[in-house]
Amino acid sequence: MTQMNLTAPAGAMTAPEASATSRKRDRERQRRNRIWMARGGFLVAFVAAWQIAAMYFISDFFIGRPDAIATKLWAWAVNGSLFYHASITSIEALAGFLLGSLVGMAAGVLMGRAQTLAEIVDPFLMMFYSLPKVALAPMFILWFGIGIDMKIYLTATIVFFLVFLNTYAGVRSVSREQVAILRLMGARERHILRKVVLPSAVTWVFNGLRLSVPYALIGAIVGELIASNKGLGYLLANASGQYDTSAMFAALIAIMVLALALNLAVKVVERKAMPWKLAEDSREMSI
Amino acid sequence: MRHSAATAWVGQTLDDPNARQPTEAPVLISYRGVGKVFETDRGSMTAVRDITLDIREGEFVTLVGPSGCGKSTLLNMAAGLFEPTTGSVHYRDTLVTPYNRRVGYMTQNDHLLPWRDVQGNVMIPLEIRGMPRAEARDRVQQLLDKVGLKGFERAYPAQLSGGMRKRCALARLLAYDPEALLMDEPFGALDAQLRTRMQIEIRRLALELNKTVVFVTHDLDEAVSIADRCVVFTQRPGTIARVVDVPLPRERDLMQLRHDNSYRDLTAELWQLLAPDME
Repeated sequence: MTQMNLTAPAGAMTAPEASATSRKRDRERQRRNRIWMARGGFLVAFVAAWQIAAMYFISDFFIGRPDAIATKLWAWAVNGSLFYHASITSIEALAGFLLGSLVGMAAGVLMGRAQTLAEIVDPFLMMFYSLPKVALAPMFILWFGIGIDMKIYLTATIVFFLVFLNTYAGVRSVSREQVAILRLMGARERHILRKVVLPSAVTWVFNGLRLSVPYALIGAIVGELIASNKGLGYLLANASGQYDTSAMFAALIAIMVLALALNLAVKVVERKAMPWKLAEDSREMSI
Repeated sequence: MRHSAATAWVGQTLDDPNARQPTEAPVLISYRGVGKVFETDRGSMTAVRDITLDIREGEFVTLVGPSGCGKSTLLNMAAGLFEPTTGSVHYRDTLVTPYNRRVGYMTQNDHLLPWRDVQGNVMIPLEIRGMPRAEARDRVQQLLDKVGLKGFERAYPAQLSGGMRKRCALARLLAYDPEALLMDEPFGALDAQLRTRMQIEIRRLALELNKTVVFVTHDLDEAVSIADRCVVFTQRPGTIARVVDVPLPRERDLMQLRHDNSYRDLTAELWQLLAPDME
């Protein structure tokens, strides 16, 4: 059985207990600090090696040059084009992400609860799922043009499957015992759905959402690479067209930062949506 | 169909020295010639066979026997989770159909919802019933007080110890006030002291609230010490080997039982009865 942990409203700690805990916390903080310093060191060493290699060993036509990349990013930031293009890509990725995940969640819950329907459509969904979604881009251009909406739909299609499959798995894996116990309490389908199925599927849904973030960017960026005149994908394609390697790296770095920000946002929402997870994670391990 | 005094205790061996006249309380749960066969990949498996047993209102009955003798199956059928293969299960003289809502179920795994804190877990049955929020919160407070969980309203199940989780599950069970409590080795995972304390409390609560309890266990001492009546099962396919009236007063001191002679004799006797099965 689990041990009671420190966050439980237990009795107050005695003085030696308190000092032992604070010592442990100090040690943990020092460890984190060291890890951050090591990361910083790694980054500096990597960038320095890159800079030296580009200056003396390999042509910067192929690998770019860190100082040129920084200059380019700075120039884009100053003339505002960086934020303009980043915001276009963010809007596409976010809108596609929201659309795809909402439809995916709804479909996942529906199929999870309606077994026969799920069995009927399963082979068709799997056929569609195995299709690389970016192959749909030409079709989407035909249907929706080369504007922002085409990228949103492309992103939504990619995200839909990841969220749908995870939600479906989550709904199917709901503990039958918990459902039975609620039924004995007189619960109807809507109670079961609201009180057991949805909350227990939330963990899975967030798995799907977290997986989807990079894919949402794939949809947006690939859409922009194929046909567009704005967005980070366009910046990248444009730099490539001018054989400006440093500008390409600058665009890649901007895309990376955007991906990190989106990941972080999902993590924050996840914490807010599942406060009980925090309690489970902070528990001391015991076997 | 009413049961006559002669048929009420079928399943009891005729030479049972502890036979007692059936009490006047009406029959609540009635198993009539119940058998259950489970179909598995490797053929069919008979869990229980020929079970005829009446459980009366307000009784505390324990079902005891080796693991896998189908005791839990009997509880599941009383709750209406599935039907018997042969025979029938009645509740207050009506056939049990899926989800018998007048019983409450508690298992070894407490099935608390990990995303709800203690208060939220206990509140579920009240929410289902549509009780106003303020009233429900008052009732939850009373219940937590009754089971000794005051001050832990905001703790999540993952933060509770084993005993506290049981108390929470018990509070949730009592929240919707079922007539009968079906308990399937609820204290199986607890240590001996905590277990005795929970046994004392469940007996106190059952008597105080006048609940009928059917309590499954494989622990003979537990079966005898908390029961008014103890049903002993054989190994699979489970049949009733014996039904014993526990010759202890209704108000009893579970802590002092090990010094009680009739308790000692009875457990020793039942141990002998079960011993060949336990090898």
